[in-house]
Amino acid sequence: MSGTRLQVGTAGSNPARWLGRVLAFTLIAFFVVFFVIPLGWLLVAPTKSTTQLYGLNGEQPFSFGSFDQLAENWNNLVAFQDGIIWTWLGNSVLYSGVALAITILVTIPAGYALAMTDFTFRRTLLVATLVVMLIPNTALVLPIFLELTVVRLIGSPLAVILPFSFFPFGVYLTYIYFSTTVSHDLLDAARIDGAGEFRVFWNIAVPLAIPVIALVGFFNFVGNWNNYFLPFIMEPGSRRMPVQVGLAELISNTPAFNPTNVASLTISLPQLALATIIAVAPVLIIFLFSQRFLVSGMTAGATKE
Amino acid sequence: MVLLLAFGIGPMLYALYLAFTKAGAFVGLDNFVKVFGDFRFFPAVQHVSAFVAIWLVSLIVFVLLLALVVHSVRVRWLSATSRFLFYIPGALAGSASVMLWLFMLDPSVSPVAVVLNQFGFTSFIQTVALGNLPVIFTVIAFWTGAGGWIIIMYGALNTISPDVMEAARIDGAGPVKIAWYIQIPLLRKWIAYMAIISLAAGIQLFVEPKILSLASRGVVPKDYSLNQLAYVFAFGSQADFNGSAAISILLLVVAMGLAAFFVFRGGLFERD
Repeated sequence: MSGTRLQVGTAGSNPARWLGRVLAFTLIAFFVVFFVIPLGWLLVAPTKSTTQLYGLNGEQPFSFGSFDQLAENWNNLVAFQDGIIWTWLGNSVLYSGVALAITILVTIPAGYALAMTDFTFRRTLLVATLVVMLIPNTALVLPIFLELTVVRLIGSPLAVILPFSFFPFGVYLTYIYFSTTVSHDLLDAARIDGAGEFRVFWNIAVPLAIPVIALVGFFNFVGNWNNYFLPFIMEPGSRRMPVQVGLAELISNTPAFNPTNVASLTISLPQLALATIIAVAPVLIIFLFSQRFLVSGMTAGATKE
Repeated sequence: MVLLLAFGIGPMLYALYLAFTKAGAFVGLDNFVKVFGDFRFFPAVQHVSAFVAIWLVSLIVFVLLLALVVHSVRVRWLSATSRFLFYIPGALAGSASVMLWLFMLDPSVSPVAVVLNQFGFTSFIQTVALGNLPVIFTVIAFWTGAGGWIIIMYGALNTISPDVMEAARIDGAGPVKIAWYIQIPLLRKWIAYMAIISLAAGIQLFVEPKILSLASRGVVPKDYSLNQLAYVFAFGSQADFNGSAAISILLLVVAMGLAAFFVFRGGLFERD
């Protein structure tokens, strides 16, 4: 990468500045390598056979296998338990998709109401939202499980969809958005013109809120798709798992990690790598398409682990 | 609002009820006493604290360092590309990232086998020895999560007025001094936010040890972290929902305490 200029600052003497640039560049380079190596390896791994992956014939870790091998791995993976990976993917789409719809339907009006109207307990609700928002999702998993056991929902898709739709962070984002960017005067003007409360919300507030709706949807969908703990506990039985939980299930069918396994059809390491790619593909695609807005720093304050 | 009640407050109350009762009768702190007395409880606390300590320190140091350096790069494509590359592993959260790191940690297939061998690890089982786990989980968590924080810090750095920076520069401050005396103090709120969110999330450690335990045939114990122990309580041979609820409540209290502290003291949410 010649010709790269790092202007770290204008103060300081020349050798010091030069040293600073070299240090800065080394640091970035090191971390780029750290973040990229695993990904790069993951992308080529499924094109190899197991022996090639182990490099038994001197293959380099980043060498490309062949498309035939990729096809073979693909067929093997898809044949595993009659294509259960499609069932898992379907489950993931169902759980995250329905939850996404409910989340948008619930959080946008809720955030709007908190920001734009005045009612009793408004402040209490706001503080409750903030506190619950800062609690990590996983802390609530077992309590929710215990609760849903009482109402006998465990094992039904609702046991995952309903908790997935619970997204106080989205309410908070919407609240911030409405209270900082949409003026009360605008809404009042519409009211004077004779629009009812619902029309004001639907025809004026919602179109203005498109960016924040996208943002809420993005975080909700990505978080739910990658969630492991909650569906792992709520959906026992391999036919109901989403793909993230299914991935872990595949490990127990991989002889390399579990030599005691006696199942006739097993999963090889390259196939496991392929399954990992398939499992994250939807999220990866969303990331690639939204990269401009992700990288811009617009998301400041907008992630929750 | 119904959802907030049903899945935020409802479960907490019910877990509280379970934690203080047994078979429907009020037993006071018995469940907590039993959990504290369990031989697996304190090892789990130690494991989780070791991980959280290492993770928080490295997260704060490296995220700040990288955000500051990337921010000081004036070549736009370089800055944008590195931010993007830092962030993209975030797509592989949850079990997928652990899965990928299983490969990275197995010297027989890992592309960084050389590095592992340097540390004297020649097999997967050696790599995931108990003492290495806090560092391993830190690396995994950093790989997946740090990018998001780097971008947040970068965004926050952008909000610092260029005039302030310019003034300092004219006064003869170098980039290191500017970072230390101006940028980092101005980022204090964001750093606190990151630390608290990460601390609260770190205590809940579950997926990573769970999958490593699956993959290592029990070298990584299945009750390594507190959340795993709570899971073992509820779903193991004991089917002890009360004990499980007691652990959940402990974790929840810590998380809520941190959250409340931040909401009331942090001042980040003063917009109301």
